[in-house]
Parts: sequence; C-alpha cells; structure tokens
Amino acid sequence: MMQSKGYVSKIETFATADGPGIRTVVFLAGCTLRCLYCHNPDMWTTQGASEYTVEQLMSRLRKMKPYFKNGGGVSFCGGEPLSQSEFLIQMLKACKDEGIHTVLDTAGVGNPDAFEEVLSNTDLILLDIKGVDEENYYRLTQRKASTATKFLETAIAMSKPMWLRHVVVPNINDSIEHIEKLYELIKDIPRVERVELLPYHTLGNTKYEKMNEPYPLEGVKALEKDVVQKLQSHLDLLRLSA
Amino acid sequence: MEAWKNFKSGAWQHGINVEDFIVQNVTSYEGDESFLEKISDKTANLWKQCEELLAEEIKLGVLDIDMEHISGVNHFKPGYIEKQNEVIVGLQSDAPLKRIINPYGGIRLVESILDTYRRPMPQTLKIAFEDWSKTHNQGVFDAYTKDMRTARSTGLLTGLPDAYGRGRIIGDYRRVALYGIDYLIEQKKADLANIAVSSEEHIRLREEVSEQIRALVDTKAMAASYGFDISQPALNAQQAIQWLYFAYLAAVKQNNGAAMSLGRTSTFLDIYIERDLHDGVLTEYQAQELIDQFVMKLRLVRHLRTPEYDELFAGDPTWVTESIGGVGVNGQNLVTKNSFRYLHTLTNLGPAPEPNMTILWSEALPEAFKKYCAKMSIDTGAIQYENDDLMRPIFGSDYGISCCVSAMSIGKQMQYFGARVNLAKALLLAINGGKDELSGKVMFGDIEQDTAEVLDFNTVMKRFDLVLQKTAKLYVETMNVIHYMHDKYAYESSQLALHDTSVERLMAFGVAGLSVVADSLSAIKHASVKPVRNEQGLTTDFVIDGEFPCYGNDDDRADDFAVDVVTRFSRYLKSHALYRNAKHTLSVLTITSNVVYGKKTGSTPDGRKYGEAFAPGANPMHGRDRSGALASLNSVAKIPYNEVCLDGVSNTFSIVPTALGKTKDDQIANTVNLMDGYFGQKAHHLNVNVLDRNKLMDAMEHPEKYPHLTIRVSGYAVHFARLTLAQKKEVISRTFHDAV
Repeated sequence: MMQSKGYVSKIETFATADGPGIRTVVFLAGCTLRCLYCHNPDMWTTQGASEYTVEQLMSRLRKMKPYFKNGGGVSFCGGEPLSQSEFLIQMLKACKDEGIHTVLDTAGVGNPDAFEEVLSNTDLILLDIKGVDEENYYRLTQRKASTATKFLETAIAMSKPMWLRHVVVPNINDSIEHIEKLYELIKDIPRVERVELLPYHTLGNTKYEKMNEPYPLEGVKALEKDVVQKLQSHLDLLRLSA
Repeated sequence: MEAWKNFKSGAWQHGINVEDFIVQNVTSYEGDESFLEKISDKTANLWKQCEELLAEEIKLGVLDIDMEHISGVNHFKPGYIEKQNEVIVGLQSDAPLKRIINPYGGIRLVESILDTYRRPMPQTLKIAFEDWSKTHNQGVFDAYTKDMRTARSTGLLTGLPDAYGRGRIIGDYRRVALYGIDYLIEQKKADLANIAVSSEEHIRLREEVSEQIRALVDTKAMAASYGFDISQPALNAQQAIQWLYFAYLAAVKQNNGAAMSLGRTSTFLDIYIERDLHDGVLTEYQAQELIDQFVMKLRLVRHLRTPEYDELFAGDPTWVTESIGGVGVNGQNLVTKNSFRYLHTLTNLGPAPEPNMTILWSEALPEAFKKYCAKMSIDTGAIQYENDDLMRPIFGSDYGISCCVSAMSIGKQMQYFGARVNLAKALLLAINGGKDELSGKVMFGDIEQDTAEVLDFNTVMKRFDLVLQKTAKLYVETMNVIHYMHDKYAYESSQLALHDTSVERLMAFGVAGLSVVADSLSAIKHASVKPVRNEQGLTTDFVIDGEFPCYGNDDDRADDFAVDVVTRFSRYLKSHALYRNAKHTLSVLTITSNVVYGKKTGSTPDGRKYGEAFAPGANPMHGRDRSGALASLNSVAKIPYNEVCLDGVSNTFSIVPTALGKTKDDQIANTVNLMDGYFGQKAHHLNVNVLDRNKLMDAMEHPEKYPHLTIRVSGYAVHFARLTLAQKKEVISRTFHDAV
C-alpha cells in the first residue's frame, strides 16, 4: 500500500497528562472547529507543519519505546487528528504492529466514513465533549455537533474505553447546572474510565497575536483552581452515586 | 570465631574477599519502606546542635581551623559533638567542622587559604615545607614543560590536581570491620615479604606497602584514643559501623582529596544489622539510630579549600559518595533494608547533599525500592542514579562510585583523577591557528590559521582533529607528571592500605563543553558561520545564518558529532602510554565548573557568546533541547560508555513536578518508567531534580525560606543557598522540562 503523508505540527516526546503512563504526543495539523478557547490556533491548518511519511514518523516514535512500560505509548492529538484520517489509520496500525499503546485525543470531528477503522485500531479514546446540547456546542465551537455525535455513537457501539474531557470557561459553562447537564449527557456511556474537567487557561493567547487573529475570549481570565476542583468533585459525586 | 558467628562460610574466610562475604550472607529485601523508624531522641538532640554549627559555618565560610596540627591519621585528639548522645563516635579533628591543614599538596595554597580566612601562617609549617621538604605542587612544577604551563594558563586543561589532593580513591573501609586491623597488617606484611627488589617499580612498591602498614597501625591507635580496640573483627552492628567509620575517618584525617567517597557500605552493614535483629540484641529503632548517626558524621566531613576552588566546585562538596542497590553478578538482588535506612536519613535528618546518595539502578531492582527512590528524589532532590546493568559486566558486583560518576572495583582498583580538557577551547584553537582566542598565546604552533570568510566544515574538522591529537598527547604527559609526583609527595597510605597490594590503576581523563562543540560543528556544517576576527586575526564572535540541528533533540545529525568527538578523543588518549600502566578512562562531567569554563572561553560557532556558561556534563545546551524530555534523554544516551567514556557520562535532568504526573503516585510511577527507559538504552548517569524555576527564583530572593533546598547539579548535590550568584543563575537558566 502507498504510504500516505501526514502533516505534523509538533512532537512532544514527554507527556503524562494525555493518557496513561509516559506518552509521546504527535500533534496532527488541521481542524475545522473554531473553539473559543482554542490554545493551538497555529494548528488549524497544515501551514507550517512538517511532512512525514508513516515510516519517518515511526522511526522517531520507535526510539521512545523504552519509556512506554506500564501503559505508556503514543497519543495523537492536534489540531484534530481525525482531519488526517487516512494517515492516522496507517499510524495507528503501524503502532499496533510494534506493540505501542495508542491514544486518540479528539473532538470526534472528521470524515465519518473513517470512524470505524480509526476506532478499531485505537486502544483508548480521549474524547473532548465540547458542548452539552446543540446550542451550547455551537456557541463554543462555531460549528454543528452532528459529526461529533456520530463519532460518539460509533465509539459507544464499538464499546471503546474512553476518557471524557470537558473544558470549563468562566461565565460560559462554569455553573453547577451546566455540569449536571454534562452528567446527563454522559451517564449512560459505557466504559468511561475517567471524566476530567479541564480549566480554561490563557497560555495560547500569544499565538493569536502572532497570527494576527482576534482572540475570541479576550479579557477572560483563566479559571480558578478551586472552581474547577469544586465542579470536578460535584461531577465525581454524581457519577459515584449513580 | 565469635565475630563471624552465624555467618555463612565461604572464600571470604580464607583471604580478604568482602564481595564473597556479601554474596554468601546478604538478605535481599523486596518490601517497601513501611518498616522504617523515626529519628531517635539522641540523634535529634545531636543534629540540632550540628544544625546550629552549620548555620554559623555558612555565615563565616569556615567555622574553625586547627592551627596546631597538620593532616595525619592520628594527629588529633578525639573529638565529640556531645559524647553521651553519640552511638557512633569520631571527628576529623578535635571539634565538629574544625578543618585540617594539609600541606602535602602544596604549601603556597595553604598560605593563601589561611590568608583568606585571616589566620597567620604558622612559621614552623612554612619552614618545614618550603625549606626543609617539598610538596606535590613543587614536584609537579619542577617537571612541567612550557606547553603544560601554557595549557594550564590558557585553560585548555583546567582543574588539574597539581596543587590539591587528587582524591577519587575509595578505600575498602569494610575490611576493617570484617577482618580487624591486625589481620590486614599481617596480610600486608606477607605481601611485602614477596616483593623482590628487582626494579624501580618494586622499590617504590616496597616503600608504599611499608607506609600502608604504618597507616594501619596509626588507624588502630586513633581508634584506641576513642576507647575502641579495632585490632579484631567487629562483633556486632554497632562495632561494624564504628570500625568502618574509623577506617574512613583515617582517610579524611590524612587526605583532602577533591572526592573522598565511601564506597558501597549499606548492604555490607545490613548483614551485621540483620544478625543482631535476628538475635534480638538490636531493634529497628536502634538500627536506624546507628545509621542516622553514622550519616550525620559523614555530613560533617570538611576540607580546607580556597575560594577559587569553591568557584569550580560549588557548595563545599566532599563527595562522600555511597553506592546503594544494584544486582549481584549471579542475579542476586543487593537491595537490603539498610538501603532504605540510608535513604531514610534524608527524611530523619532532612535533605542534604552529603553523603552523595547514588542508586545503582537495574531494571531488575525490586519495584518497591524503585518507587521509594523515586519518591525520595521528588521529595528531597538529593539522589543520583547510575546504570548498574551497564557497569556490573565491567566492574563486577562489588564496585562503587567515586565522586560523581566514576566506577571502580572496591579495594581492587584505584583512580588517578585527571580533571578535564575544555573541548570548546580546543575547537577555537583549530579556528585560530593554534592560538588561544582570548590571550593570543600560542598553544600549538603548527596549526594553520583559518582565513575563510565562511567556515568550511571539512577544513575546520581536519584542524580540530589535529588539535585533539596534540591535546591528547599533552594531556597524557601532564597527567603522568602529576600522578608521579602525587604518589611521591602525597601518597594516600591509609586508603591504599585498604586495597589489594597489586592494585589496578585507572587514569580518568575528562572533557567539558561537549554540547557546545557538537552544536558548533552542526552549525558549521548545516548553516553558514562567518567568523568575526580582531586585528590580530583572532575570532571574537561568529555570525550564523540559517538553521541547524542541535544536540538534545534525538537528531543524529547533531548527536553524531558528540559521539564522534568523544570516540576520537578517547582513541587519541589511548595511543599514549600511562604512568604505572594505568588504564585510560574518560568522563563527560563538569561538576559546577561549567560556569567557570564558560567565563574563560570566547564566543563559539554555535552562537554561544563569550563568557556564557557551558551546559553541565553531557547535557544539551540550555533551552536548545526543544523536543521534550525523552528526546533530550535519548541524545545523551547515545554517548558511548563502554570502551569510550568509561569514567562516566553525566546528565542533570530538571523537570517540573506537574509535568511528571497529576498525582504523587503518577509522578512516582512515571519517574520509575523514565529511569527504566533511559537506562534501558545503555545510558550511564542521571541526576533528577523535580522542581520548578519559580521556586529557585524565590529561593534566590529569599534564601531564609529555603535553608534545606537541595538540588542536583552535576554528579553531586548542593544546598542551593551555598551556590555563587553566577552558579544560581546558570542553574535557573537550564532547561526545565514542563508539561505540554
């Protein structure tokens, strides 16, 4: 089979938050969502990304194998990794062949025809739940939720293990009511291993300046630690008592 | 024999063989740290007094100097902190932290130190060592050539042990506990009887063995002054620790070597502790008390140094390095409960740089011990790690680390310490026609001057290779002179007495500025580098146009230069014969001298400006390892240990706690994986610092808030507060691997 080429914005060789154990994170370029809080706007398009063949990228990832004991491995994020689904599938298969554990860190947006093959070759899904209903989703991403819903449905049908994540932004979705709606949305999803609320931060702001793009959340401060902790424990309690 | 009651028999009973004693009697421990006991009241009481003295010492620089005596095994009256609370006794001089004058290395140095601390030079001492007798320093300068002096003054070769004690020798202090001094004397006498007077080498050896015997007799007398008879083997754990400590004490009373390491004592002592625990004559609380007090004594070891020396090796280090853990050649786990007790002193007495706790890491170490080490690294920042799976096949299962990274078989090998060559300066010599870039002094006359507008890679490489060849020859000859004289004028008889008479000698060469050179060569090859020259034709700066790969990103285009340079230099060193048939070894280690090296080195083709610090040891240059922690580690792991850098490859790694994981358990598990991954690729050494830059910046402004903040610098740990301002800034500018 012809090896397709992928566009990689960045490789971070050491990460511990994006999946179990020690992980090397591949940032695949391209994303059609325009989330208000996006901290990687430089990865919306393939501009400035480096071109890799599957083998070129594998030769870099292979060197990290000694660190991947106890559940570690490679995480594909972005951008939106599903935006390069053909390359992604080949990478996932190549990792599988070498016994490297894979994580897909996604918002579930891409070509729906590829979802099944992507999912069947991924060990763990980190799914970013952008919104709790159509309106809320649109407000945060400026796109419709239909593809993401399709992705989630496929993942549920295939019974994939998942970590769910949800970014909490001050004054937009930092209320108890909102978190309760989120709980309603996810409570029946099987094989959810973790649900993590991620506090909105402002580390990506400078990238907008460099790109000459207006920053949609100009003036919004990072979410306070204790706020996110309070919401997280509320959500954890709901899940425990279910 | 009463002393050996209940020990399993073996070859160790029929000749000196501590390794066999350990193999036969070790009780491996697979469990966790839950058995550990807290600090005893006696220890807490003593340590409180010590902490007051230590605070006073930081204010004064030096607490006190013994002006009445000079270094020697039995030249000092017994000293105590507070006798009734001490379960392990003995101090270097007659009071804690009172430093000893050692004139054998060089008398002028002593004069300058005393002058610094406003003490008058004792007249008898001056006359004795200037008029009546010679010192090591004078011997060396009698034999130095003009080239050697130039290499020294331009800083091509620096930190040479030509005016201070070379150190790096580890006596097998355990022998005194296991066999008693009388048996050791008997063995040395038998050896002496068998040395024929057939050559100069043999005559020298006869003289040395006689001195060794005298040192053993003196050690026995010194112990007797504390009320202990160490002529016979130790009867119990307390005696074993005490005998061993007296043997070490003899070494640090007689010598002031840069590194005076302890060896590998924890598992040896565990055998005695286990026997006493089993017999019901010792409790765990008492066992920890013995170890805490032993370690407390080791923390009080001091040597009298010049301010210039402190600038090179910051924080008053003594490198009482203790090697912990590892695996036996037969696969036996050498982790014992006492391995935990040693590390637990960092909790009971608080974090501290000494003794320099060194974990001999093997993939096969018990998981619980790995996790405990990781936890203690995160909590205290006081531990370093070295690859047992790499060293064991070369040095056997009873080796220890001397100083930072130097392995040697205990009691069987010794080291001739050789400081290091400044590789960045060597590269600039190649570009400047063999002239020093700062002073213009001619180092190597027959190197052609580079006049190209843009540096040509092949031309520079050819000349650099020539400079490396010439440097290797000069370096070897310089070392031969130094160690000939050190053996002659400052022989470490009390330590060599605790070695086999037919000792194997390793001569440890070193390099600094490796990452600067790798990046410079990469820049010359992959970008366009224009030298800026002054009216004398010497380079003052370089203008770089274009991108180039840097060492530290797991990119062979840059990393291969680092591998190539050390491999070449090692080969060139090995083409020259060494004094007393020593074996060549090489390290990539700077200790804290990377700051001083930088100060004395002009701008380099990688874009580093005149005066900017080098990266420590084999580290990538600050901030240039941009591909994350694993890529950075992988680059350093490529530097070959076997056959090439057999004296060690030092890597100092700083990571932000949250980048290691969300919870403490995650952080511990990930630290263990990180180490297994790094060492699994034949990497040699790792200093682990888990802290963030803000904490260090705060500690710089408010030192009083962080009296115990301990960080790993390069092969050893220091109290952050004891670093100079320039060194603090360098530490802060290092790469801190952070979360994505």
